[in-house]
Amino acid sequence: MIKAILIFNNHGKPRLIRFYQYFAEDMQQQIIRETFHLVSKRDDNVCNFLEGGSYFEVLIGGSDYKLIYRHYATLYFVFCVDSSESELGILDLIQNMLLFTIVYNFVMQVFVETLDKCFENVCELDLIFHMDKVHYILQEVVMGGMVLETNMNEIVAQVELQNRMEKSEGGLSTAPARAVSAVKNMNLPEIPRNINIGDINIKVPSLSPF
Amino acid sequence: MALKIVKGSIDRMFDKNLQDLVRGIRNHKDDEAKYISTCIDEIKQELKQDNIAVKANAVCKLTYLQMLGYDVSWAAFNIVEVMSSSKFTYKRIGYLAASQCFHEGTDVIMLTTNQIRKDLSSPNQYDTGVALTGLSCFVTPDLARDLANDIMTLMSHTKPYIRKKAVLIMYKVFLKYPESLRPAFPRLKEKLEDPDPGVQSAAVNVICELARRNPKNYLSLAPLFFKLMTSSTNNWVLIKIIKLFGALTPLEPRLGKKLIEPLTNLIHSTSAMSLLYECVNTVIAVLISLSSGMPNHSASIQLCVQKLRILIEDSDQNLKYLGLLAMSKILKTHPKSVQSHKDLILQCLDDKDESIRLRALDLLYGMVSKKNLMEIVKKLMLHVDKAEGTTYRDELLTKIIDICSQSNFQYITNFEWYISILVELTRLEGTRHGHLIASQMLDVAIRVKAIRGFAVAQMATLLDNAHLLTGNTQRNGICEVLYAAAWICGEFSEHLEDPMQTLEAMLRPKVATLPGHIQAVYVQNAAKLFATVLRKHDGETESQAAQETSQLLIDRLPLFVQSANLEVQERASCILQLVKYIQKLQQKNVEVAEEVTALFAGELNPVAPKAQKKVPIPEGLDLDAWINEPPSESESEDEKPKAVFAKEEPKHSRSRHTEVDEKELARRREVRKQEQANNPFYIKASPSSQKVYDAPGVEHIPVVQIDLSVPLKVPGMPMSDQYLKLEVERRQKEKAERKKKEKKKKREKRGKERKADSGPESEEDITPAHQVDIVTEEMPENALPSDDDDKDPNDPHKALDIDLDKPLADSEKLPVRTHRPEALKSPAEDRDSESVPQETKKKSGKEKKKDKEKDRKRSKEEKKKKKKHKEVEEELLESQPEEAVQSEETKEAAAPPTSTSAEEVTAPSSAAAAVDTSSAAAPESEPDEPKDTEPEDTKSSKHKKKKQKKEKEEKEKKKKKRHHHHHQHHSDAGGEDSVQNGTVEEEEPLPPMSNYSLLAENSYIKMMKEDADQVYDIQGNHQDESKVVVSVIFENKSDSFLKSMEFNVLDSLNSKLQRPEGAGAHDSLTVPFQLPPGVSNEARFVFSVQSIIMPQKLKGTLTFIVKSDESSTHEKLDFKLHFTCTSYLITTPCYSDAYAKLLESGDLKGSSLRLEGINMPFHHLLARICFHHHFSVVERIDSCASMYSRSIQGHHVCLLVKTSDQTVSIDAKCDEPSLLGNVLDEIKQTFSKC
Repeated sequence: MIKAILIFNNHGKPRLIRFYQYFAEDMQQQIIRETFHLVSKRDDNVCNFLEGGSYFEVLIGGSDYKLIYRHYATLYFVFCVDSSESELGILDLIQNMLLFTIVYNFVMQVFVETLDKCFENVCELDLIFHMDKVHYILQEVVMGGMVLETNMNEIVAQVELQNRMEKSEGGLSTAPARAVSAVKNMNLPEIPRNINIGDINIKVPSLSPF
Repeated sequence: MALKIVKGSIDRMFDKNLQDLVRGIRNHKDDEAKYISTCIDEIKQELKQDNIAVKANAVCKLTYLQMLGYDVSWAAFNIVEVMSSSKFTYKRIGYLAASQCFHEGTDVIMLTTNQIRKDLSSPNQYDTGVALTGLSCFVTPDLARDLANDIMTLMSHTKPYIRKKAVLIMYKVFLKYPESLRPAFPRLKEKLEDPDPGVQSAAVNVICELARRNPKNYLSLAPLFFKLMTSSTNNWVLIKIIKLFGALTPLEPRLGKKLIEPLTNLIHSTSAMSLLYECVNTVIAVLISLSSGMPNHSASIQLCVQKLRILIEDSDQNLKYLGLLAMSKILKTHPKSVQSHKDLILQCLDDKDESIRLRALDLLYGMVSKKNLMEIVKKLMLHVDKAEGTTYRDELLTKIIDICSQSNFQYITNFEWYISILVELTRLEGTRHGHLIASQMLDVAIRVKAIRGFAVAQMATLLDNAHLLTGNTQRNGICEVLYAAAWICGEFSEHLEDPMQTLEAMLRPKVATLPGHIQAVYVQNAAKLFATVLRKHDGETESQAAQETSQLLIDRLPLFVQSANLEVQERASCILQLVKYIQKLQQKNVEVAEEVTALFAGELNPVAPKAQKKVPIPEGLDLDAWINEPPSESESEDEKPKAVFAKEEPKHSRSRHTEVDEKELARRREVRKQEQANNPFYIKASPSSQKVYDAPGVEHIPVVQIDLSVPLKVPGMPMSDQYLKLEVERRQKEKAERKKKEKKKKREKRGKERKADSGPESEEDITPAHQVDIVTEEMPENALPSDDDDKDPNDPHKALDIDLDKPLADSEKLPVRTHRPEALKSPAEDRDSESVPQETKKKSGKEKKKDKEKDRKRSKEEKKKKKKHKEVEEELLESQPEEAVQSEETKEAAAPPTSTSAEEVTAPSSAAAAVDTSSAAAPESEPDEPKDTEPEDTKSSKHKKKKQKKEKEEKEKKKKKRHHHHHQHHSDAGGEDSVQNGTVEEEEPLPPMSNYSLLAENSYIKMMKEDADQVYDIQGNHQDESKVVVSVIFENKSDSFLKSMEFNVLDSLNSKLQRPEGAGAHDSLTVPFQLPPGVSNEARFVFSVQSIIMPQKLKGTLTFIVKSDESSTHEKLDFKLHFTCTSYLITTPCYSDAYAKLLESGDLKGSSLRLEGINMPFHHLLARICFHHHFSVVERIDSCASMYSRSIQGHHVCLLVKTSDQTVSIDAKCDEPSLLGNVLDEIKQTFSKC
């Protein structure tokens, strides 16, 4: 089971939080702070697991949990999981499904014209302005603390269909235009053409438009 | 109106959306809190608007603010509003917000049940998906119970997207509502073989999660999983299955044997590290479970260790870490295979990543042997020196101590070396673990008799150099060591070379800066040393030395007498006076040494930490009872200062007080040993200590020859290293000797024991440097073996420990929403819910087959009986308002099985009362007519027919039970219902309320009509007529058998009895059962009603045949059915905001009512209104409450009930005045009756 998914930046500012067990808001903030404190002091070239310690006992309520995280440029993706999850599997999940779908999805939607900046920078700005949309993507990957889907094509397809539905309803507001202007200066050069998730090779579907 | 819309959209243009909010927050870095608080004010304004788009936008922003830590629970109701929007865009926003901030304590959750149910059955798969996702985050026990059945239906949805979500959410439902596990499990199992990989993966996920907690219940699934494992190509699924097998193998070793081969194949073939790693892990688990029985798996172990070595050597830190983690699992059972990789693990100690170093340390703990302990500890000591940062260094320190002290110092061959290590560790600056070292010193010195001489010498040195320890740190640091040092020197002072010097060191003025508990030990042990000095100089007349010692004490002790610490002060002043007295005696040349020594005579034995707990309580001892009468005023107790070593204190006093002569001790010991040998429950000590037990007494412990030729202080080289060097030399020497002497003998023995012993030296070959006697800790006589149960009683998974192989009894059904009798639905609606009962039937059919195989007819019959019983139950309950059904349901589930006498009752078979809960309506339950009533669904009718056949057989048995349950149901219904209304607090038990009123009665039969007719609305279909279900209980009062009962009603323009298709307008309905003497049963009749604003009366007749032994007669009974207006109301919860809005709207017309002389508590009054008139309490303040109900045609009825001095005034508002008038009249009637 996944207990929580936290995404925050290098300064510990939350960009997306998703708890699969109830914590009051102040507790959530404390968990974010402590988690940030734990992962931020680790070098980039050390392992991506953190386990044991009073952190879990006090905050999460059990020592069976561990943190699995990845650090990309300005963002930390942290999963708090128990022993039923495969460590390497979750790492793959973060890298290949979550991160990539987020980026991919936004590439499809917003950043179609401008593609010549760093791949990773996109993330934080995306998350800042589109937390809700990232949630919707996440909901297709993880549900109620359990991994729902690991097939990238399926995730992307479902997210796409739902977005199309939203569009057909007229959307929430006229915001996208402004969002585009906000991130006009960034772009994507090196989207991996071929993502290797263990044995499964996922061909990135039709990225050629850009 | 149009203007309003235009205005709304103009407003919207100026509203901030989420992006604007985020940008705003980013632009207000300095006064973020202030900016956000203005934003929240804006959001509050937006939420007040009618425009759902504005609300959704506001809720979306709130979700963002929630992430930043703002409590948004105040907007919970608005979130529910947005959730119930028909537009997907808004619905999604609402559910997202709900999933982020709803939890079990959120009260509006109970309002969402119907909304969620509607979304779940939405034709749009994404509406359903979004509802499922949201629900997975905030499902409560109530929601789980109410929606379990709907979700179960979705598990067979046509769209895999919905199926996989439904499957996954079932896990959450199980957690919240464990009763659903067994009914849902068969379908969950089916989903393991779903054609869609996503659904399959979800099912595997759920079952693995369940099985992880209660593996034994899932063993029967092993073959299925085995098949999946060999066929699936989805790594994620494979990993889950393999992990599951890891949990299952300890329970079923045969499974393990089967697994080894496919797993090794996978290990060889896969390129995915994650899969490889999990395979290795499971192989390890298998091997652990097999370790006793199977010798021939060294190949698998080798494979695992090899693969792990590859992982550990990988440059990827993650693989390295996991490799070490898995290695530590192998270590437990196959230490040999890991020990050969010691080099690699020691290498990991140098890793820059701390978590890897810590993992490596854990491994080292298990890798030590007598042979390599010294070497490993030496490496660790080097790391201690290098380590930067106290946390890691402290970790190293504790690990060193752990490693050395594990299993009773099993691996230590040379305790002098260990003491030196401990002394070296005291040089660590700023460590927090001073007390750990100290307790080790004490432990070793007390339990290893042979080492005392050496230990005392070392401790004396420590005391002498105390300034080095105390120099830097005053806090709870390393100075704790001095506590141990002082105590050891005092207690074993006979081993001291120069007690005088040590005594002097202990009385230095600087000691006064130490913590109090240490000073106390200093003072006490100074006295012990004093005794030793005196004895040393015993016999020398006019000993200068002895008198000098006394003088020293008299000079120095006053410093301690002034101590602020009570313990120190007390001890010091005692000892000071004692010494002064002794000095006087000395001056008179009196021999005092012996008397003084006697103060501290006696041997201290170590006591096991749990010893105190294990002392059995003597009979008749009640520690809670007062010994004397309690004093009138309790004296305040001084809180004891919490000294680290406080627990040690009792030891002193205890042995001092019980001075028993050696002979007596030896005798007791013998007796105890005898007792223990004969007592099968006595826990035998570990082998190493067993040895000691065999020795008949302390005095027989072999004396150690300590080789003191070792120079103890060699400058420039840590002492422990010299021991290491010495040890190597010694071993080599010994080895050479042994080779000569015992070569043949050993070979023989070893060859038998171990084949794979490759090392040149085995463990046993290393003899300890000196014969060390490890004194076993004492345990009280006849100590009770206790097993500590550490299980958390609050673990939610405990409730899921349910046997899933047991055939499913039909009593285990998910609560089906019984409020809509199926026969009344439009065909389209029908199909949806129809599949549910069908499914349950399929299941029970399956289960029955299983039963036959097992040939357990007896249990089968019992089960069927139970099932019947349950069905009857539900059937009866259907007539209740929905809430009552739910509460009854749970209540009845716990009811004990009914009497067996049912079998004796014989009765001719008759029509089945109802096939199951959903087929409630009378016509449908006719066994001869299922084809007529369900032409649209032949499949289900087929099932039904089958079932009905069975039911006929069972009919006789169930008859009696009906009666039985009936009454139970009767009396329970009232109380339960009022509680279920939720808002009525239960201040004192409510009087039982019955729903049933007499309809008609003659000498043969009594008809009772349920007052609160279950009402059914089809508002959603916008039809102009509504339906009312009337439940009638028929009770046979005669001694004869009643059969062929026919029920008929003269229809009015407004109300019509629903008859089966094809029947004429005046045909009567057959009551679907017969009544043996004394039995009652319930039937339901459906009426369609057009106008509900007036009460209705219908005339009716019941005809039946009375059959006795001799004759049979035709009888009839007339009755009048009274439809009150109340019966058209449905209990509908209402939120106070919405209620207020409703009242403000001005559409409602008012009326009022005054009741005098009402003599009952207010909450009873409310409960009565709730129960009899289908209202729910919106808000209650003291003796004033607002209540709400809604008619089946959508009229709102609001009440304001106030009470004072037996007078109750009810102000009421309703959009239909005549309906209101009638309802109020009925309320008045209810209260006039009582």
